[in-house]
Amino acid sequence: MNPKTSDKIARKVIYGVVVLLILLLVFLIGYILVTGLPDMSWHFLTSVSESFEAGGGIRDQIFNSVYILILTTLISLPIALGVGIYLAEYAKDNWFTNFLRTIIELLSSLPSIVVGLFGYLLFVIKFQIGFSIISGAITLTFFNLPLLTRSIEDAFRSVPRDQREAGVSLGISKWKTITGIVLPCALPEILTGIILSAGRIFGEAAALIYTAGQSNSVINYADWNPFSPTSPLNIFRPAETLAVHIWKVNTESILPDAHQVSSGSAAVLIIVILIFNFGARWLGNTVYRKLTATEKGK
Amino acid sequence: MKNKKATLLAVLGLLGIMLAGCGKQQATDKITIVGSTALQPLVEKAANEFDQEHQGNITVQGGGSGTGLSQVQEGAVQIGNSDVFASQQNGIRANELVDHKVAVAGIAPIVNRGVNIKNVTMKQLREIFTGKITNWKQLGGKDQEIVVINRSKGSGTRVTFESDVMKGVEPMSAQEQESNGTVQQIVSNTPGAISYISFSYLRSQGIKPLMIDGVKPTSKNVETNKWKIWSYEHMYTKGKPTGKTKKFLQFMLSDKVQNSLVEEMKYISIHQMQVEKSPSGKITEIK
Amino acid sequence: MDEIKPKLLSKSKQTAEDRRGKILCYACLSLIVVLIVSILYFIMDKGAATFTQNHLSITEFFTGTKWDPGHHLIGALPMITTSFLVTILAALLATPFAIGVAIFMTEYAPKKGTKALRAVIELLVGIPSVVYGYIGLMVVVPFVRKIIGGTGFGILAGTLVLFVMILPTVISLTADSLKSIPVSYRQAALALGATKWQSIYKIVLRAALPGILTAIIFGMTRAFGEALAVQMVIGNAVLMPHGLGTPTATLTSQLTSQMGNTVLGTVSNNALWSLALILLLMSLAFNLLIRFITRKGAIKR
Repeated sequence: MNPKTSDKIARKVIYGVVVLLILLLVFLIGYILVTGLPDMSWHFLTSVSESFEAGGGIRDQIFNSVYILILTTLISLPIALGVGIYLAEYAKDNWFTNFLRTIIELLSSLPSIVVGLFGYLLFVIKFQIGFSIISGAITLTFFNLPLLTRSIEDAFRSVPRDQREAGVSLGISKWKTITGIVLPCALPEILTGIILSAGRIFGEAAALIYTAGQSNSVINYADWNPFSPTSPLNIFRPAETLAVHIWKVNTESILPDAHQVSSGSAAVLIIVILIFNFGARWLGNTVYRKLTATEKGK
Repeated sequence: MKNKKATLLAVLGLLGIMLAGCGKQQATDKITIVGSTALQPLVEKAANEFDQEHQGNITVQGGGSGTGLSQVQEGAVQIGNSDVFASQQNGIRANELVDHKVAVAGIAPIVNRGVNIKNVTMKQLREIFTGKITNWKQLGGKDQEIVVINRSKGSGTRVTFESDVMKGVEPMSAQEQESNGTVQQIVSNTPGAISYISFSYLRSQGIKPLMIDGVKPTSKNVETNKWKIWSYEHMYTKGKPTGKTKKFLQFMLSDKVQNSLVEEMKYISIHQMQVEKSPSGKITEIK
Repeated sequence: MDEIKPKLLSKSKQTAEDRRGKILCYACLSLIVVLIVSILYFIMDKGAATFTQNHLSITEFFTGTKWDPGHHLIGALPMITTSFLVTILAALLATPFAIGVAIFMTEYAPKKGTKALRAVIELLVGIPSVVYGYIGLMVVVPFVRKIIGGTGFGILAGTLVLFVMILPTVISLTADSLKSIPVSYRQAALALGATKWQSIYKIVLRAALPGILTAIIFGMTRAFGEALAVQMVIGNAVLMPHGLGTPTATLTSQLTSQMGNTVLGTVSNNALWSLALILLLMSLAFNLLIRFITRKGAIKR
């Protein structure tokens, strides 16, 4: 075939595939939003869910999702930062590093249901913490660690070598170079990584069903003492997240409006993740500008 | 880098609080209830009402009947919810557990709306699930293949269905679904489908309950055992219940729960039953 | 001289700082290793119990087709076969798609377009699997039923759902690997008079092959471990698959739907953990494969 023709054909095929993908995306997101948005109301977002009557909301589920997300990030970020820095800056190319990478990847590819059951047997049963926010957060840390470690390592690697050489040539220790020069440069990318992994945590259900539980206790939003059982901040209370709620409503619920609740929750979930995604980009650019005093984002 | 150390400290602190908190948690009279997902909404609602009256602190979780029974047996929770008798569950020492029957659940065969059959005999139902009858035509309906959707092995609904309908005959290997909600969705979406769910889930649009031998699946018929497929909803405790747990179980059996919540959820009040069923399926009349 | 001596002999502030940093890193490192090793040990221990404590046969487990752990029948072959089938089919479907989109993102699209596309693709990662399963049940299953008849539940429905689910992973990793090919490669090809497609097909894709393979295997790993969505569309009948449209079960679907109904420590429960163990071993195998491919690719370059 004439190279010119094949070039044209290839271009058309590729554009065709992209159009297909966009159609698919539009269909998926459209389906979720179209089925979900009509039932959305202020009442739905701000009232407590019902067990078997119509008209329940998802207030607590939204709060729980966000709270678990924050806790998980708080626990996993320092660890991932340490490991990420090690892999990017210190690790030599030997069997140990290889082994390390393999098991970290392995952790990320474990089916979430398996990790959830592990969390259930270890934290909920063995340590007797019970179905609780903290059990859920620690279990989710298992997922989050590999993703975060990977994005942090990538972020560090993408910082040009001369930045480090500049630091070392000034007589600063390697550690100081990493934390003082490389880290700020890598920060926007790290932030993006955090928020993207947050999206996955936000949508995770299988791992939480057996750890954070599938029901809520009564929560009083005026009570901010983390030790009081009705406080929203109490990390020992059971907490159903948005994704778990969707799962539960779809499988066992006898709500007359189960269909609306589930599609409404799905729409909320998508919107939140959308906000995360765009937030990540915006925040990354802003932080980069602040830290490097450049005019425009990279 | 100060920041990172600070976060690290914060996390360590958090873990410290967590461990300290563990000790504290055990002291309060918190009740944890785990098990049957079918029973969960009822108990959850009752627990909410109980909490408001008695300043209780009850946590209700699903997880399945097997989970509920094994957790209560190990003493990890105070109450284990189950759709089956403890003695029917493998690996459970039933004699250590005390049974509290709190409601009765009727189970009805359901078919897709498009199936124009209203009534089957018990024998026909059995033959559908063993794979002897494979087309609705054989029962006088239209020429359409029967799609059998069974329930997960070991689930309470299936155990009941097998003992009350199959009478020891092995059903054929078929599609299986775990939860009532999913079964309901699948049957309403699949032409020619048949399955069975508990009465509470009968309200959906796309499905239609079948009569068996001319008997309608209603609460009244269950009370007299005219409708044969039903089971108890159990709440098990390890040994005799005490304190708050005992109070809550009494609350579950009170008229307040039995006459309103139980009926609203299409369960049948335990006080209305005129017959009694043993774990082996034997029916005796209550005088 | 004396003033400088201690300075020369003792460690400088910088070295101490460096050490502290390293120790911090190593602490995190050991923590993560402990975590991972414990979870691995835990699953292996539980999964092996079927064979070590209940003394059931491993050969039966891998070759038998009757699954009823309550009666000591633990033939897991139908589930293993189905898991592999849906995974491979989903990957086969996703690969041309992903490569096309990735080429578009790196070679054809303007920068803005790439960014927007990437944002939307990443959005797909965040959709919970339950929602995918739900859409699968409402849209994909009836669609399959129309096309090939039967109930619509089965391998084809599972494949289609998994295909959409792994798409974002495969696309973004493929795009990364195409992006990492130096511009000079393309320039060299174009300078020799090659068309754009020739430079992509003959140079860029070849050079990026290990990366693309890695992307595909990553996608397969996700597909293999996916539970909730597949469970809703696969049908959950532990039968050998006879075609694309007959209900069958995967390892994960069986695991999710049965776990709550079994009692800890019984054969039924242990057998489920053995399924989890297979999942784990498969993830390990996929990972080693990726490692192997990356290393091979690295030498070639």
